[in-house]
Amino acid sequence: MLDHARVVVAALALTSAANAELPARAQIVARERSLYQTILVTREPSRLCMRFALRDSRRTQSCVDPANPKRMVFSYTRMMMAALLLAPAPKRVLIVGLGGGTLPVAFAELLPDARIDVAEVDHAVVEAAKKHFGFRPSERLRVHVRDARVFVKRAIAANVRYDAVLLDAYNADYIPEHLLTVEFINEARRLLAPNGVLAANTFGTSRLYDHESQTYREVFGAFFNLKTPASHNRIILAANGELPAPQLLRDRANLWQARLRPYDVPLRDYAARLTTAADWDATARPLTDQYSPANLLRTRK
Amino acid sequence: MIRDHHRPTWRPRLRAIAIHGFAFSSGFVIMSLELLGGRVLAPWFGGSIHVWGSIITVFMLSLACGYYLGGRFSLRRPSFTRFGAMLLAGAAVLYPTMLMAEPMMSLVFQHIEDPRYGSLVAALALFAAPTVVLGAVSPYSVRLLVRNEAESGCVAGTLYFVSTLGSALGTLATSFYLVLWLDIQTIVNALCGVLFSLGAIALLQRAFHRA
Repeated sequence: MLDHARVVVAALALTSAANAELPARAQIVARERSLYQTILVTREPSRLCMRFALRDSRRTQSCVDPANPKRMVFSYTRMMMAALLLAPAPKRVLIVGLGGGTLPVAFAELLPDARIDVAEVDHAVVEAAKKHFGFRPSERLRVHVRDARVFVKRAIAANVRYDAVLLDAYNADYIPEHLLTVEFINEARRLLAPNGVLAANTFGTSRLYDHESQTYREVFGAFFNLKTPASHNRIILAANGELPAPQLLRDRANLWQARLRPYDVPLRDYAARLTTAADWDATARPLTDQYSPANLLRTRK
Repeated sequence: MIRDHHRPTWRPRLRAIAIHGFAFSSGFVIMSLELLGGRVLAPWFGGSIHVWGSIITVFMLSLACGYYLGGRFSLRRPSFTRFGAMLLAGAAVLYPTMLMAEPMMSLVFQHIEDPRYGSLVAALALFAAPTVVLGAVSPYSVRLLVRNEAESGCVAGTLYFVSTLGSALGTLATSFYLVLWLDIQTIVNALCGVLFSLGAIALLQRAFHRA
Protein backbone atom coordinates (compact mmCIF):
# COMPACT_ATOMS: atom_id res chain seq x y z
CA MET A 1 0.00 0.00 0.00
CA LEU A 2 3.00 2.28 0.26
CA ASP A 3 4.36 1.69 -3.20
CA HIS A 4 3.71 5.19 -4.42
CA ALA A 5 5.79 6.68 -1.70
CA ARG A 6 8.55 4.30 -2.59
CA VAL A 7 8.81 5.89 -6.01
CA VAL A 8 9.82 9.12 -4.30
CA VAL A 9 12.78 7.43 -2.67
CA ALA A 10 13.77 5.76 -5.90
CA ALA A 11 13.72 9.14 -7.57
CA LEU A 12 15.94 10.56 -4.84
CA ALA A 13 18.39 7.75 -5.20
CA LEU A 14 18.58 7.87 -8.95
CA THR A 15 18.71 11.57 -9.77
CA SER A 16 18.85 11.52 -13.51
CA ALA A 17 20.83 13.92 -15.61
CA ALA A 18 18.92 16.78 -17.14
CA ASN A 19 19.58 17.66 -20.72
CA ALA A 20 20.09 21.26 -21.69
CA GLU A 21 22.60 23.15 -23.74
CA LEU A 22 26.34 22.68 -23.84
CA PRO A 23 28.73 25.57 -24.31
CA ALA A 24 28.83 26.67 -27.94
CA ARG A 25 31.09 24.66 -30.20
CA ALA A 26 31.36 21.76 -27.75
CA GLN A 27 31.16 18.42 -29.41
CA ILE A 28 30.21 15.27 -27.56
CA VAL A 29 32.86 12.59 -28.03
CA ALA A 30 31.46 9.98 -25.69
CA ARG A 31 28.49 9.56 -23.42
CA GLU A 32 28.32 7.01 -20.65
CA ARG A 33 25.56 6.41 -18.18
CA SER A 34 26.61 5.19 -14.78
CA LEU A 35 24.75 4.37 -11.60
CA TYR A 36 25.28 7.91 -10.43
CA GLN A 37 25.26 10.22 -13.40
CA THR A 38 25.67 10.67 -17.10
CA ILE A 39 29.29 11.21 -17.97
CA LEU A 40 30.05 13.19 -21.08
CA VAL A 41 33.37 13.62 -22.77
CA THR A 42 33.32 16.76 -24.87
CA ARG A 43 35.78 18.29 -27.29
CA GLU A 44 35.87 22.07 -27.23
CA PRO A 45 38.21 24.55 -28.87
CA SER A 46 41.63 23.69 -27.42
CA ARG A 47 40.37 21.39 -24.68
CA LEU A 48 38.91 18.00 -23.89
CA CYS A 49 36.52 17.89 -20.92
CA MET A 50 34.70 15.45 -18.71
CA ARG A 51 31.25 16.61 -17.66
CA PHE A 52 28.66 15.14 -15.36
CA ALA A 53 25.49 16.01 -17.31
CA LEU A 54 24.77 18.86 -19.63
CA ARG A 55 23.33 21.70 -17.66
CA ASP A 56 25.98 24.37 -17.67
CA SER A 57 29.71 24.82 -17.66
CA ARG A 58 29.87 24.65 -13.86
CA ARG A 59 29.30 20.97 -14.17
CA THR A 60 32.52 20.53 -16.02
CA GLN A 61 34.56 18.18 -13.89
CA SER A 62 37.87 18.11 -15.57
CA CYS A 63 39.52 19.45 -18.73
CA VAL A 64 42.82 18.98 -20.44
CA ASP A 65 44.46 21.00 -23.15
CA PRO A 66 45.70 18.34 -25.62
CA ALA A 67 48.36 20.69 -27.01
CA ASN A 68 49.67 21.30 -23.52
CA PRO A 69 48.62 18.33 -21.39
CA LYS A 70 50.39 19.32 -18.19
CA ARG A 71 48.78 22.75 -17.99
CA MET A 72 45.95 22.77 -15.47
CA VAL A 73 42.92 24.28 -17.15
CA PHE A 74 40.92 25.14 -14.02
CA SER A 75 41.96 27.55 -11.32
CA TYR A 76 40.64 25.34 -8.51
CA THR A 77 42.82 22.44 -9.65
CA ARG A 78 45.84 24.74 -9.63
CA MET A 79 44.83 26.02 -6.19
CA MET A 80 44.71 22.47 -4.82
CA MET A 81 48.44 22.24 -5.51
CA ALA A 82 48.90 24.69 -2.63
CA ALA A 83 48.77 21.55 -0.45
CA LEU A 84 52.52 21.39 -1.22
CA LEU A 85 52.97 24.54 0.86
CA LEU A 86 51.97 22.61 3.99
CA ALA A 87 53.42 19.20 3.06
CA PRO A 88 56.33 19.91 0.70
CA ALA A 89 57.45 16.31 0.23
CA PRO A 90 54.56 13.94 0.85
CA LYS A 91 55.36 10.23 0.70
CA ARG A 92 51.79 9.08 0.68
CA VAL A 93 48.86 10.97 -0.82
CA LEU A 94 45.11 10.28 -0.82
CA ILE A 95 42.93 12.02 -3.39
CA VAL A 96 39.14 11.77 -3.09
CA GLY A 97 37.45 12.18 -6.48
CA LEU A 98 39.21 11.23 -9.72
CA GLY A 99 37.60 13.30 -12.49
CA GLY A 100 39.85 13.17 -15.52
CA GLY A 101 42.80 12.35 -13.28
CA THR A 102 44.48 15.77 -13.48
CA LEU A 103 45.43 16.04 -9.80
CA PRO A 104 46.55 12.42 -9.25
CA VAL A 105 48.68 12.47 -12.40
CA ALA A 106 50.28 15.79 -11.47
CA PHE A 107 51.16 14.49 -8.00
CA ALA A 108 52.53 11.26 -9.46
CA GLU A 109 54.72 13.22 -11.87
CA LEU A 110 55.94 15.72 -9.30
CA LEU A 111 56.57 13.17 -6.55
CA PRO A 112 58.30 10.20 -8.17
CA ASP A 113 58.71 8.40 -4.82
CA ALA A 114 55.24 8.97 -3.48
CA ARG A 115 52.44 6.44 -3.36
CA ILE A 116 49.10 7.89 -4.41
CA ASP A 117 45.68 6.44 -3.64
CA VAL A 118 42.55 7.71 -5.32
CA ALA A 119 39.07 6.99 -3.95
CA GLU A 120 36.41 7.37 -6.64
CA VAL A 121 32.86 6.16 -6.13
CA ASP A 122 31.89 5.87 -9.79
CA HIS A 123 33.47 3.09 -11.81
CA ALA A 124 32.38 4.76 -15.06
CA VAL A 125 34.45 7.86 -14.20
CA VAL A 126 37.53 5.65 -13.87
CA GLU A 127 36.82 4.03 -17.23
CA ALA A 128 36.26 7.38 -18.93
CA ALA A 129 39.48 8.77 -17.45
CA LYS A 130 41.41 5.77 -18.78
CA LYS A 131 39.78 5.77 -22.19
CA HIS A 132 39.70 9.45 -23.05
CA PHE A 133 42.16 11.22 -20.76
CA GLY A 134 45.05 8.79 -20.91
CA PHE A 135 44.85 8.06 -17.21
CA ARG A 136 47.07 5.08 -16.33
CA PRO A 137 46.97 3.62 -12.83
CA SER A 138 50.17 1.92 -11.68
CA GLU A 139 51.76 0.27 -8.66
CA ARG A 140 52.13 3.63 -6.97
CA LEU A 141 49.06 5.34 -8.40
CA ARG A 142 46.10 3.24 -7.39
CA VAL A 143 42.41 3.85 -7.88
CA HIS A 144 39.91 2.39 -5.43
CA VAL A 145 36.29 2.32 -6.60
CA ARG A 146 34.75 2.96 -3.23
CA ASP A 147 32.80 5.56 -1.32
CA ALA A 148 35.33 7.86 0.35
CA ARG A 149 33.69 7.57 3.75
CA VAL A 150 34.08 3.79 3.65
CA PHE A 151 37.61 4.05 2.24
CA VAL A 152 38.71 6.40 5.01
CA LYS A 153 37.19 4.26 7.77
CA ARG A 154 38.91 1.15 6.37
CA ALA A 155 42.22 2.98 6.06
CA ILE A 156 42.04 4.11 9.69
CA ALA A 157 41.33 0.53 10.77
CA ALA A 158 44.32 -0.67 8.70
CA ASN A 159 46.55 1.98 10.33
CA VAL A 160 47.43 3.67 7.05
CA ARG A 161 48.60 7.28 7.33
CA TYR A 162 48.83 9.95 4.64
CA ASP A 163 50.99 13.05 4.42
CA ALA A 164 48.39 14.73 2.26
CA VAL A 165 44.66 14.14 1.85
CA LEU A 166 42.96 16.05 -0.97
CA LEU A 167 39.17 16.26 -1.03
CA ASP A 168 37.74 17.05 -4.42
CA ALA A 169 34.46 15.19 -4.20
CA TYR A 170 31.88 17.96 -4.35
CA ASN A 171 30.59 19.24 -7.64
CA ALA A 172 28.62 22.41 -8.13
CA ASP A 173 25.24 20.72 -8.21
CA TYR A 174 25.44 17.96 -5.68
CA ILE A 175 27.37 17.44 -2.48
CA PRO A 176 27.70 13.97 -0.94
CA GLU A 177 26.47 15.14 2.45
CA HIS A 178 28.20 12.41 4.43
CA LEU A 179 31.52 13.80 3.17
CA LEU A 180 30.93 17.21 4.66
CA THR A 181 30.44 16.60 8.38
CA VAL A 182 32.55 17.11 11.50
CA GLU A 183 32.70 13.33 11.88
CA PHE A 184 34.06 12.76 8.36
CA ILE A 185 36.60 15.59 8.59
CA ASN A 186 37.68 14.13 11.92
CA GLU A 187 38.15 10.74 10.29
CA ALA A 188 40.16 12.35 7.49
CA ARG A 189 42.27 14.08 10.14
CA ARG A 190 42.94 10.77 11.86
CA LEU A 191 44.39 9.55 8.55
CA LEU A 192 46.95 12.33 8.54
CA ALA A 193 50.54 11.74 9.57
CA PRO A 194 52.00 14.34 11.98
CA ASN A 195 52.18 17.65 10.08
CA GLY A 196 50.11 16.16 7.26
CA VAL A 197 47.82 18.42 5.26
CA LEU A 198 44.13 18.20 4.42
CA ALA A 199 43.23 20.22 1.31
CA ALA A 200 39.60 20.58 0.32
CA ASN A 201 38.09 22.16 -2.75
CA THR A 202 34.95 23.85 -1.44
CA PHE A 203 32.34 26.46 -2.25
CA GLY A 204 33.14 30.14 -2.07
CA THR A 205 29.56 31.38 -2.03
CA SER A 206 26.14 30.73 -0.49
CA ARG A 207 25.27 30.05 3.13
CA LEU A 208 27.07 26.76 2.89
CA TYR A 209 30.34 28.73 3.02
CA ASP A 210 29.66 29.68 6.65
CA HIS A 211 28.60 26.20 7.70
CA GLU A 212 31.47 24.52 5.88
CA SER A 213 34.02 26.89 7.40
CA GLN A 214 32.68 26.23 10.89
CA THR A 215 32.75 22.48 10.22
CA TYR A 216 36.49 22.56 9.43
CA ARG A 217 37.16 24.96 12.29
CA GLU A 218 35.50 22.55 14.69
CA VAL A 219 37.96 19.83 13.71
CA PHE A 220 41.18 21.74 13.06
CA GLY A 221 40.84 25.09 14.77
CA ALA A 222 42.54 27.69 12.57
CA PHE A 223 43.17 26.77 8.93
CA PHE A 224 44.34 28.53 5.80
CA ASN A 225 41.80 29.87 3.34
CA LEU A 226 42.85 30.26 -0.26
CA LYS A 227 40.75 32.38 -2.60
CA THR A 228 41.70 33.98 -5.88
CA PRO A 229 39.88 36.60 -7.95
CA ALA A 230 39.65 34.15 -10.86
CA SER A 231 37.73 31.45 -8.99
CA HIS A 232 34.42 31.01 -7.19
CA ASN A 233 35.97 28.16 -5.25
CA ARG A 234 37.71 28.34 -1.95
CA ILE A 235 40.45 25.93 -0.98
CA ILE A 236 40.78 24.96 2.66
CA LEU A 237 44.26 23.94 3.82
CA ALA A 238 44.35 22.45 7.28
CA ALA A 239 47.33 20.95 9.09
CA ASN A 240 47.60 18.10 11.54
CA GLY A 241 49.93 20.24 13.65
CA GLU A 242 51.14 23.84 13.50
CA LEU A 243 50.37 25.94 10.44
CA PRO A 244 53.64 27.05 8.81
CA ALA A 245 54.77 30.65 9.30
CA PRO A 246 54.71 33.06 6.30
CA GLN A 247 58.47 32.83 5.77
CA LEU A 248 58.36 29.04 5.63
CA LEU A 249 55.47 29.20 3.13
CA ARG A 250 57.53 31.52 0.92
CA ASP A 251 60.54 29.21 1.13
CA ARG A 252 58.47 26.21 0.11
CA ALA A 253 56.84 28.14 -2.73
CA ASN A 254 60.30 29.07 -4.00
CA LEU A 255 61.36 25.44 -3.73
CA TRP A 256 58.45 24.26 -5.87
CA GLN A 257 57.80 27.19 -8.19
CA ALA A 258 60.10 26.16 -11.06
CA ARG A 259 58.85 22.59 -11.13
CA LEU A 260 55.25 23.74 -11.16
CA ARG A 261 55.66 26.04 -14.14
CA PRO A 262 54.50 23.45 -16.74
CA TYR A 263 51.31 23.05 -14.72
CA ASP A 264 50.71 26.79 -14.68
CA VAL A 265 50.48 26.87 -10.88
CA PRO A 266 51.49 30.24 -9.34
CA LEU A 267 52.49 28.82 -5.97
CA ARG A 268 54.23 32.03 -4.77
CA ASP A 269 51.07 33.98 -5.41
CA TYR A 270 49.08 31.37 -3.44
CA ALA A 271 51.55 31.48 -0.55
CA ALA A 272 50.98 35.23 -0.30
CA ARG A 273 47.20 34.80 -0.36
CA LEU A 274 46.88 32.24 2.43
CA THR A 275 45.04 33.65 5.39
CA THR A 276 43.62 32.34 8.64
CA ALA A 277 41.21 35.28 8.91
CA ALA A 278 37.64 34.11 9.45
CA ASP A 279 35.61 35.93 6.78
CA TRP A 280 32.42 34.01 7.55
CA ASP A 281 29.59 33.98 10.04
CA ALA A 282 31.16 32.23 13.03
CA THR A 283 27.74 31.55 14.55
CA ALA A 284 26.82 29.17 11.70
CA ARG A 285 26.19 25.66 12.89
CA PRO A 286 28.86 23.07 12.00
CA LEU A 287 27.53 20.21 9.86
CA THR A 288 27.46 16.80 11.51
CA ASP A 289 26.23 13.30 10.72
CA GLN A 290 23.15 14.32 12.70
CA TYR A 291 22.68 17.61 10.88
CA SER A 292 23.92 17.79 7.29
CA PRO A 293 21.47 19.52 4.94
CA ALA A 294 24.40 20.71 2.80
CA ASN A 295 22.49 20.62 -0.47
CA LEU A 296 19.63 22.63 0.98
CA LEU A 297 22.03 25.21 2.45
CA ARG A 298 23.86 25.36 -0.84
CA THR A 299 20.86 26.99 -2.52
CA ARG A 300 20.57 29.72 0.12
CA LYS A 301 22.26 33.04 -0.23
CA MET B 1 -19.78 -6.89 13.81
CA ILE B 2 -16.50 -6.36 15.57
CA ARG B 3 -16.27 -8.81 18.38
CA ASP B 4 -14.58 -6.44 20.72
CA HIS B 5 -13.95 -8.16 24.02
CA HIS B 6 -14.95 -4.94 25.68
CA ARG B 7 -17.62 -2.75 24.23
CA PRO B 8 -16.66 0.04 21.84
CA THR B 9 -15.85 2.97 24.07
CA TRP B 10 -15.96 5.85 21.62
CA ARG B 11 -18.77 6.62 19.36
CA PRO B 12 -18.05 4.58 16.19
CA ARG B 13 -17.49 7.66 14.07
CA LEU B 14 -14.85 9.09 16.35
CA ARG B 15 -13.21 5.72 16.53
CA ALA B 16 -13.13 5.40 12.74
CA ILE B 17 -11.43 8.79 12.53
CA ALA B 18 -8.86 7.68 15.10
CA ILE B 19 -8.13 4.48 13.17
CA HIS B 20 -7.57 6.46 9.98
CA GLY B 21 -5.36 8.83 11.92
CA PHE B 22 -3.26 5.95 13.18
CA ALA B 23 -2.92 4.52 9.66
CA PHE B 24 -1.87 7.97 8.41
CA SER B 25 0.71 8.29 11.20
CA SER B 26 2.18 4.88 10.62
CA GLY B 27 2.54 5.69 6.90
CA PHE B 28 4.22 8.98 7.82
CA VAL B 29 6.62 7.36 10.29
CA ILE B 30 7.58 4.53 7.91
CA MET B 31 8.67 6.84 5.10
CA SER B 32 10.30 9.38 7.37
CA LEU B 33 12.30 6.55 8.90
CA GLU B 34 13.20 5.17 5.49
CA LEU B 35 14.63 8.52 4.39
CA LEU B 36 16.55 8.94 7.63
CA GLY B 37 17.87 5.41 7.13
CA GLY B 38 20.04 6.67 4.28
CA ARG B 39 21.53 9.28 6.60
CA VAL B 40 22.11 6.82 9.38
CA LEU B 41 23.89 4.27 7.20
CA ALA B 42 25.97 6.69 5.09
CA PRO B 43 28.78 7.30 7.63
CA TRP B 44 29.53 3.56 7.68
CA PHE B 45 28.50 2.27 4.28
CA GLY B 46 28.57 5.33 2.03
CA GLY B 47 25.88 7.12 0.08
CA SER B 48 25.98 4.88 -2.96
CA ILE B 49 23.01 3.39 -4.72
CA HIS B 50 23.49 0.02 -3.04
CA VAL B 51 22.86 1.61 0.36
CA TRP B 52 19.48 2.82 -0.90
CA GLY B 53 18.98 -0.62 -2.40
CA SER B 54 19.54 -2.20 1.02
CA ILE B 55 17.20 0.22 2.76
CA ILE B 56 14.38 -0.13 0.26
CA THR B 57 14.74 -3.93 0.24
CA VAL B 58 14.56 -4.10 4.03
CA PHE B 59 11.54 -1.79 4.19
CA MET B 60 9.69 -3.72 1.50
CA LEU B 61 10.46 -7.08 3.13
CA SER B 62 9.48 -5.79 6.55
CA LEU B 63 6.25 -4.30 5.27
CA ALA B 64 5.44 -7.57 3.54
CA CYS B 65 5.94 -9.44 6.82
CA GLY B 66 4.06 -6.75 8.73
CA TYR B 67 1.07 -6.93 6.39
CA TYR B 68 0.98 -10.70 6.70
CA LEU B 69 1.40 -10.79 10.47
CA GLY B 70 -1.03 -7.91 10.98
CA GLY B 71 -3.61 -9.85 9.01
CA ARG B 72 -3.04 -12.99 11.08
CA PHE B 73 -3.10 -11.01 14.31
CA SER B 74 -6.48 -9.49 13.33
CA LEU B 75 -8.06 -12.97 13.35
CA ARG B 76 -7.88 -13.27 17.11
CA ARG B 77 -10.05 -10.96 19.17
CA PRO B 78 -9.36 -7.72 17.31
CA SER B 79 -9.82 -4.61 19.42
CA PHE B 80 -9.06 -0.94 19.40
CA THR B 81 -6.98 -1.44 22.53
CA ARG B 82 -4.76 -4.02 20.86
CA PHE B 83 -4.48 -1.67 17.92
CA GLY B 84 -3.18 1.04 20.24
CA ALA B 85 -0.78 -1.45 21.77
CA MET B 86 0.69 -2.05 18.30
CA LEU B 87 1.64 1.61 18.02
CA LEU B 88 3.17 1.52 21.49
CA ALA B 89 5.11 -1.56 20.44
CA GLY B 90 6.34 0.33 17.35
CA ALA B 91 7.74 3.09 19.56
CA ALA B 92 9.13 0.58 22.04
CA VAL B 93 11.05 -1.24 19.29
CA LEU B 94 12.18 1.83 17.34
CA TYR B 95 13.64 3.84 20.20
CA PRO B 96 16.18 1.34 21.56
CA THR B 97 17.29 0.11 18.11
CA MET B 98 18.17 3.67 17.12
CA LEU B 99 20.04 4.16 20.39
CA MET B 100 22.28 1.21 19.64
CA ALA B 101 22.72 2.14 15.98
CA GLU B 102 26.33 3.35 16.23
CA PRO B 103 27.86 0.34 18.06
CA MET B 104 25.78 -2.01 15.91
CA MET B 105 26.99 -0.48 12.63
CA SER B 106 30.55 -0.45 13.92
CA LEU B 107 30.26 -4.18 14.58
CA VAL B 108 28.83 -4.89 11.12
CA PHE B 109 31.53 -2.70 9.54
CA GLN B 110 34.25 -4.73 11.25
CA HIS B 111 32.87 -8.08 10.16
CA ILE B 112 31.56 -7.43 6.65
CA GLU B 113 34.00 -5.98 4.15
CA ASP B 114 31.60 -5.46 1.25
CA PRO B 115 29.49 -2.32 1.87
CA ARG B 116 26.57 -3.84 -0.06
CA TYR B 117 26.08 -6.69 2.39
CA GLY B 118 27.20 -4.54 5.28
CA SER B 119 24.48 -2.00 4.58
CA LEU B 120 21.92 -4.78 4.07
CA VAL B 121 22.69 -6.41 7.41
CA ALA B 122 22.78 -3.06 9.21
CA ALA B 123 19.47 -1.98 7.63
CA LEU B 124 17.92 -5.28 8.69
CA ALA B 125 19.13 -4.90 12.26
CA LEU B 126 18.00 -1.28 12.53
CA PHE B 127 14.78 -1.02 10.58
CA ALA B 128 13.22 -4.46 10.16
CA ALA B 129 11.57 -4.78 13.58
CA PRO B 130 9.89 -1.35 13.78
CA THR B 131 8.76 -1.56 10.14
CA VAL B 132 7.19 -5.00 10.65
CA VAL B 133 5.18 -3.61 13.56
CA LEU B 134 4.13 -0.49 11.66
CA GLY B 135 3.26 -2.52 8.56
CA ALA B 136 0.87 -4.61 10.65
CA VAL B 137 -1.17 -1.49 11.38
CA SER B 138 -2.72 -1.39 7.89
CA PRO B 139 -4.45 -4.80 7.68
CA TYR B 140 -5.42 -4.54 11.32
CA SER B 141 -7.18 -1.25 10.73
CA VAL B 142 -9.06 -2.79 7.79
CA ARG B 143 -10.30 -5.47 10.17
CA LEU B 144 -11.46 -2.93 12.73
CA LEU B 145 -13.39 -0.88 10.18
CA VAL B 146 -14.96 -3.48 7.91
CA ARG B 147 -18.51 -4.33 8.96
CA ASN B 148 -19.65 -6.30 5.92
CA GLU B 149 -18.37 -7.83 2.74
CA ALA B 150 -19.93 -5.25 0.43
CA GLU B 151 -18.05 -2.28 1.89
CA SER B 152 -14.74 -4.10 2.48
CA GLY B 153 -13.11 -2.89 -0.74
CA CYS B 154 -14.14 0.68 -0.06
CA VAL B 155 -12.85 0.56 3.52
CA ALA B 156 -9.53 -0.90 2.40
CA GLY B 157 -9.24 1.65 -0.42
CA THR B 158 -9.83 4.57 1.92
CA LEU B 159 -7.26 3.23 4.36
CA TYR B 160 -4.67 2.77 1.60
CA PHE B 161 -5.42 6.31 0.53
CA VAL B 162 -4.93 7.75 4.00
CA SER B 163 -1.84 5.75 4.89
CA THR B 164 -0.13 6.39 1.55
CA LEU B 165 -0.95 10.07 1.94
CA GLY B 166 0.83 9.86 5.29
CA SER B 167 3.79 8.24 3.55
CA ALA B 168 3.96 11.01 0.95
CA LEU B 169 3.80 13.67 3.62
CA GLY B 170 6.39 11.89 5.76
CA THR B 171 8.76 11.77 2.79
CA LEU B 172 8.25 15.41 1.90
CA ALA B 173 8.36 16.81 5.42
CA THR B 174 11.52 14.87 6.30
CA SER B 175 13.52 15.59 3.16
CA PHE B 176 12.47 19.21 2.66
CA TYR B 177 12.22 20.56 6.19
CA LEU B 178 12.89 18.29 9.14
CA VAL B 179 16.54 17.57 8.20
CA LEU B 180 17.08 21.32 7.84
CA TRP B 181 15.65 22.10 11.25
CA LEU B 182 16.49 19.13 13.44
CA ASP B 183 19.10 16.50 14.28
CA ILE B 184 18.36 13.02 12.99
CA GLN B 185 18.07 11.66 16.53
CA THR B 186 15.60 14.43 17.41
CA ILE B 187 13.43 13.51 14.41
CA VAL B 188 13.51 9.83 15.41
CA ASN B 189 12.60 10.78 18.98
CA ALA B 190 9.69 12.82 17.66
CA LEU B 191 8.49 9.88 15.53
CA CYS B 192 8.66 7.65 18.61
CA GLY B 193 6.81 10.31 20.56
CA VAL B 194 3.99 10.42 18.02
CA LEU B 195 3.60 6.62 18.04
CA PHE B 196 3.77 6.50 21.81
CA SER B 197 1.19 9.28 22.26
CA LEU B 198 -1.30 7.75 19.83
CA GLY B 199 -0.90 4.32 21.40
CA ALA B 200 -1.29 5.81 24.87
CA ILE B 201 -4.47 7.65 23.84
CA ALA B 202 -5.96 4.40 22.55
CA LEU B 203 -5.16 2.60 25.79
CA LEU B 204 -6.18 5.46 28.05
CA GLN B 205 -9.60 5.93 26.53
CA ARG B 206 -10.29 2.34 27.54
CA ALA B 207 -9.10 2.91 31.09
CA PHE B 208 -11.03 6.16 31.23
CA HIS B 209 -14.17 4.43 30.10
CA ARG B 210 -13.79 1.69 32.69
CA ALA B 211 -13.27 4.13 35.54
